[in-house]
Amino acid sequence: MSGRRQAVLLLLPCLAVLTGLFVLPQALMLAASFGRRSVFGGVVPDPTLANYLRAVEPLYLFILAKSVALAAATTILCLVVAFPVAYWIGLRAPARFRSALLVLVILPFWTSFLVRMYAWIYILRPEGLVNLALGRLGLPALPLLYNDFAVLLGQVYGELPFMILPLYASLEKLDRSLLEAASDLGAPPGRTLRQVTIPLAAPGIVAGCVLVFIPSLGSYLAPDLLGGGQTIYVGNLIQGQFAVARDVPFGAALSFLLSLTVLGLLLLFRRPLQASREA
Amino acid sequence: MPGQVPVRGAVQVQRVSKTYGDVAALRDVSLDVRPGEFLTLLGPSGCGKTTLLRILAGFEQPDAGEVLISGRDVAGLPPHRRPVNTVFQHYALFPHRTVAGNVAFGLEMKGMPAADVAERVARALDMVRLPGLGDRRIDQLSGGQKQRVAFARAVVLEPEVLLLDEPMAALDLKLRKEMQVELKNLQERLRVTFVFVTHDQEEALLMSDRIAVMSRGRIEQLGAPDALYERPRTRFVADFLGVKNVLEAEVASVEGGVARLHTRGGLQILAADDGGYRPGTAVAIGVRPERLRLDGTEPAGESGPLNRLAGILDDELYLGDRTDWRINLGGETVTVAEGAAARRERRRGDAVTVVLPGAAVLRLEGE
Repeated sequence: MSGRRQAVLLLLPCLAVLTGLFVLPQALMLAASFGRRSVFGGVVPDPTLANYLRAVEPLYLFILAKSVALAAATTILCLVVAFPVAYWIGLRAPARFRSALLVLVILPFWTSFLVRMYAWIYILRPEGLVNLALGRLGLPALPLLYNDFAVLLGQVYGELPFMILPLYASLEKLDRSLLEAASDLGAPPGRTLRQVTIPLAAPGIVAGCVLVFIPSLGSYLAPDLLGGGQTIYVGNLIQGQFAVARDVPFGAALSFLLSLTVLGLLLLFRRPLQASREA
Repeated sequence: MPGQVPVRGAVQVQRVSKTYGDVAALRDVSLDVRPGEFLTLLGPSGCGKTTLLRILAGFEQPDAGEVLISGRDVAGLPPHRRPVNTVFQHYALFPHRTVAGNVAFGLEMKGMPAADVAERVARALDMVRLPGLGDRRIDQLSGGQKQRVAFARAVVLEPEVLLLDEPMAALDLKLRKEMQVELKNLQERLRVTFVFVTHDQEEALLMSDRIAVMSRGRIEQLGAPDALYERPRTRFVADFLGVKNVLEAEVASVEGGVARLHTRGGLQILAADDGGYRPGTAVAIGVRPERLRLDGTEPAGESGPLNRLAGILDDELYLGDRTDWRINLGGETVTVAEGAAARRERRRGDAVTVVLPGAAVLRLEGE
């Protein structure tokens, strides 16, 4: 019985924070999502499903699908870029350099994400660094900014550390003698990677994918700054409802639709997630 | 090919050196392992035995020298293309695979059809006395079972040479003794060349056809267990194989097959000359504790000179089946091992006569 009391006491601060800062606001948002927008941007408590019906109109579903595609592309690209980096830091680099290399991975966090996005604008804009270099080489300038490419680039750049760190954590603790054993038993490097390294790193891969995919789905800063309003994702859409259109009920409905999408996708991938956790 | 000497399972190590930073792990090591032989690399940690094994497996490349396996130079061959398999110290079993999945791994890599794999795996598990455990997860196995799986996983591939890196180190004493006998029997049945690494001299003596005692990157002595035990050549080998009494001496004279020695502590000892004593030179000698007697009787069947040394019982180390007495001989202290029966008759402080047969004196090389 005292064990249960201890558990309650230990969890109390967390429960208080979550109740005050997550559960209550979410409940308010849920209530708002069933309300109606007043003329001045307030919420009229007039139970209706209109906001949800509007949210599943083809136009908005298309934006949601595009966001899922962006998040998926971000996740896959991050995985492809991060895996070799994490593999090298965790398994190949001399142990004494590992901490320093990890500091390099998280070094971008020392600056605000906003500032880093402006740095990308500086690099990608028509008269930016890349195009300047191309011009010097006598090559035509490329339209690098304010399109889906720029958004994806910004997303991958921003989320990369969140993929590298969990991958590193699982690769670094991988028993190297297992890799030697695979090789000893006749597995060429590629098959060792597929049959031993990746299955054993699966928890880290899953953690990294979840950590990258979910924030990417609702991201609005990179689409806003690097997409330049030329391209709209669900994050910008929601932000727009609250900040620009002042349609809180519709924004809230879109938010819950997004949450339901995340939940649905997690359920869809539940089995592979569980399988990897057991491994 | 008719007429050609069969070399399957032979290993030749020729003048191999390996350095890590400024630490020489192996210095100019040469070794011939005969086909079907159980050869043990014995030595303390850091002696180079594991490095040599890893070079045979292909995990490390020698800085100099050659390695031939079954007559073929394996320089530059990666581990997965060598005809050898390894039983790792901590087994290195794949935690994401079942017992059968582990044993099947190498066969799958060879592209063997699934039905054949299943049959070979079942036979291998029978051989290591784990029938029906194929579906178990690795974390459900005991230490001894893991060791058997690791062994099955390696031998199922029918390697030309099996490399074993202290496979017993993680087992408790009783289980280790059982596994030693079992492994030795399996090796005799399979007739596969074993290169076995251990730091446990008893294990080495029990299991090996030949033992290579290693120290500081060199092979100090290579020989059959009894030859090594009876006639350790160097001080290091003697010490490692339980020759507890090592004395510094000077050779006073050599006459008629008897060397007269003066130890640093002032004892006069007669030793049977093995042809290596030179008058006027310093020499180290070793005597096994069990070759010394305290009961005053002369050992039967010993020829040659006999030493009788007066001393005082200083201390006892009770070891169950025997007792190690520390005897103060004036300037020297020696250890004498005696059977348990004699223990009741003696007490600390007793004056005793130590009988030392001259034939039991081992002349040792090395500083």
